[in-house]
Amino acid sequence: MEETYAIELKNITKRFGSVTANNKINLAVKKYEILSILGENGSGKTTLMNILSGIYRPDEGTIFIDGKEVTIHSPKDAYAFKIGMIHQHYKLVNVLTAAENIILGQPGAPVLDMEQVKKEINSICSQYGFILNLDQKIYDMSVSQKQTVEIVKVLYRGADILILDEPTAVLTPQEIKSLFSVLRNMREAGKSIIIITHKLQEVLDISDRVVVLRKGSYIDSVNTVDATISVLTEMMVGEKINLDINRSEPHDQQDRLIVQHLTCRNKEGLKALDNVSFCAKSGEILGIAGIAGSGMKELLESIAGIQSIEEGSICYCCSNCNKITISGLTPNEIKHKDVSISFVPEDRLGMGLVGSMGVTGNVMLKSYQTGVSPFVNRWFPRRLAEKIISMLQVSTPGTEFPVRKLSGGNVQKVLVGREISSDPGVLMVAYPVRGLDINSSYTIYNQLNAEKEKGVAVISVIEDLDVILELCDRILVLNNGHITGIRDARNTTKEEIGLLMTADGDHMHE
Amino acid sequence: MSNLSIRLKKRDHIPTIKALALRLAAIIFALIICSFVIISITHMNPVQIYGGVINGAIGTSRRAWVTIRDMLVLFLVAAGLVPAFKMKFWNIGAEGQILMGGLASAALMIYGSSLPNWLLLFFSIAASCIAGMVWAVIPAFFKAKYNTNETLFTLMMNYVAMQIITFCIVFWENPPGSNTVGVINSVTEKGWFPAIFGLKYGLNLILVVIVAVSITLYLKYTKHGYELTVVGESQDTARYAGIAVKKVIIRTMSLSGAVCGFAGNLIVSGASHTISTSLAGGRGFTAIIVAWMAEFNTWAMAAFATLLVFMENGAIQIASQFSLNENVSEILTGIIIFFLIGSEFFINYEVVLEKKEVL
Repeated sequence: MEETYAIELKNITKRFGSVTANNKINLAVKKYEILSILGENGSGKTTLMNILSGIYRPDEGTIFIDGKEVTIHSPKDAYAFKIGMIHQHYKLVNVLTAAENIILGQPGAPVLDMEQVKKEINSICSQYGFILNLDQKIYDMSVSQKQTVEIVKVLYRGADILILDEPTAVLTPQEIKSLFSVLRNMREAGKSIIIITHKLQEVLDISDRVVVLRKGSYIDSVNTVDATISVLTEMMVGEKINLDINRSEPHDQQDRLIVQHLTCRNKEGLKALDNVSFCAKSGEILGIAGIAGSGMKELLESIAGIQSIEEGSICYCCSNCNKITISGLTPNEIKHKDVSISFVPEDRLGMGLVGSMGVTGNVMLKSYQTGVSPFVNRWFPRRLAEKIISMLQVSTPGTEFPVRKLSGGNVQKVLVGREISSDPGVLMVAYPVRGLDINSSYTIYNQLNAEKEKGVAVISVIEDLDVILELCDRILVLNNGHITGIRDARNTTKEEIGLLMTADGDHMHE
Repeated sequence: MSNLSIRLKKRDHIPTIKALALRLAAIIFALIICSFVIISITHMNPVQIYGGVINGAIGTSRRAWVTIRDMLVLFLVAAGLVPAFKMKFWNIGAEGQILMGGLASAALMIYGSSLPNWLLLFFSIAASCIAGMVWAVIPAFFKAKYNTNETLFTLMMNYVAMQIITFCIVFWENPPGSNTVGVINSVTEKGWFPAIFGLKYGLNLILVVIVAVSITLYLKYTKHGYELTVVGESQDTARYAGIAVKKVIIRTMSLSGAVCGFAGNLIVSGASHTISTSLAGGRGFTAIIVAWMAEFNTWAMAAFATLLVFMENGAIQIASQFSLNENVSEILTGIIIFFLIGSEFFINYEVVLEKKEVL
């Protein structure tokens, strides 16, 4: 006999121009079930979820809810069918309280009885084990608290099917644990939960079943008890790949970059870094961990000369010369001092590259000024572009094809390729593999390791704690602009790093 | 029950030929609509009217040269705006920059008539470039230094320029009491562009071609051109690459302003030989449309400028020939531009009709 699913998708197809984002996808979720949708970037996960939540309409295929065929025209329809989506980027009003955000957009009674509303919300919270202060304003909340508000909001609206898009991307290990326990409570209460993710370990931890998508197509669905990381990876990528990062022992280490008492303010005038001191050594990868907004961006930009410094100094030591103070200099002045610092910023297309230009135009971004001729020389950059394309296997139709139209992985390869090509003494990389598929990620890891072995001081901000522990030699943890610890990556744990990331930041003022 | 629904799909690529065909179709379609408008308003044969337009624009060699002369000015201003727009600096002050250039040129014609003609020409071109440059650098400086809104700033500079000209006309009016300046140096032709190769507007043509080619090369092959493209794309990227953003903004606007100022010289020294507040005649704004419609392509800008000037000059003819109001031609030009802009939509999107089963 056929089981009735809470929601069932049959042969869903969605095209954008010549791109087929979803190709005949089948998917079904039962009640009392947590389903993971696993796939690399561009595999069509998010498109599929946007179809479910009424943002897109499928070109073909049908959707059944509780066995009945339905058409979801808008997000409003989705709510009527009790589908609730928790987006990766939260959609909350900063100046309102948690309770106000939760009831926002609900018709409600003609006269608002806030006490009654709060009572209702509190009963939802206690039922599933959420910890939430309803009178707290959103701007006072941490990322995980905001996420809690989003989930409670969806539950308050009566959703029975919850879709979470990359819910763990910005959470610490401790926060992930409590999120998972809440999700399990919701499952016990008969909800259907769909989690979109590309983190394999979490898939195994939380879900009952996994659906794997690849390049817009449905590959297979497996029960989690029968799955292993290597099986899932193979399904996701379509081939067997080696998931080990070969970390070599550092040798011939010298102090390369000495940062002392660095203090600076961000654009809003708040202290982003407060008295930060550390030393990056040649031949090592120094990982930087911290929850979003802890000062990682400002730290790297200060070293690169883009962020103005309030106090403190940054010194560069090359192998056969004295210390050169680079704090307070512009990127150009740093370059003229023969200091080679490469920087792969977080915002690749907004800061590191020029989207409308091809690989050639981007490769020359930092070198076009050489020479006295008023004309740019494109001959050497084009040779270099060809070299980077073949060395890092960038897939692009040509050296002049706008990089904006390349996939995230290829964009990052172009950027990393350019930064490595200048033979840097220090290589800074912010979120080296964010948004990249597995193959590209490993290409980047290998490049970072190769640079380290060449004797470069590599500094990298990494959000995935599993990766930071495997890739780096030392880990520096930032919390609210302070260094809360520097640990040897070989002798620490995910939990320890997680605690340092969230350690009480009360000593942060202003 | 089934009904048809229309859906828009973004095209990812369109062949050049197809895009051109779509634009051509838009013009033809616009002309058909124009015929209906003509018939309904004037009860005249549209074919006759179109004949009048063609006759007015290129009917005689003199008319054809006037069309070329006006097209050159519009094209030059559009080309001058491109560096600023590529830098995403919304310079809508070309009108004022032209006025200031024209003013400088007229001033030199009036006060420098004792100089030899070639020297006077040289000075008046240089002075109008500088005047346009100054008018553009002021908003650029404030943008770079205090991040003021350049759109409002450049727009207001237009009105200031207009007032300055009104002020100068009081001193220069000729004959006295007419409140106009009249043709300057009408006897000596001092400061006028000389005819070369027997062509009255030959010098205009040569100078505009030189400037337009230089700008195209500047944007494409120089370090400055590269820098301003980077600044336009993302100021963060520019800063990251060590580009002095403020310097680039001011430098690029100097160039843009100088070219627009030169256009003012072209109008005063090279064509009208007089000055009035309407000397720019809205061409500083029309050029914005030309630049954007052409997507900054030099050839396309020339083509589009030609189309607009053709219609405009043709209109003057039909106005007198059929004793119509000149505004009729503005209606026609408006309809054509409307359809051309509309065709961009169909170049970017595809319309798909689909049948949808509805319960």
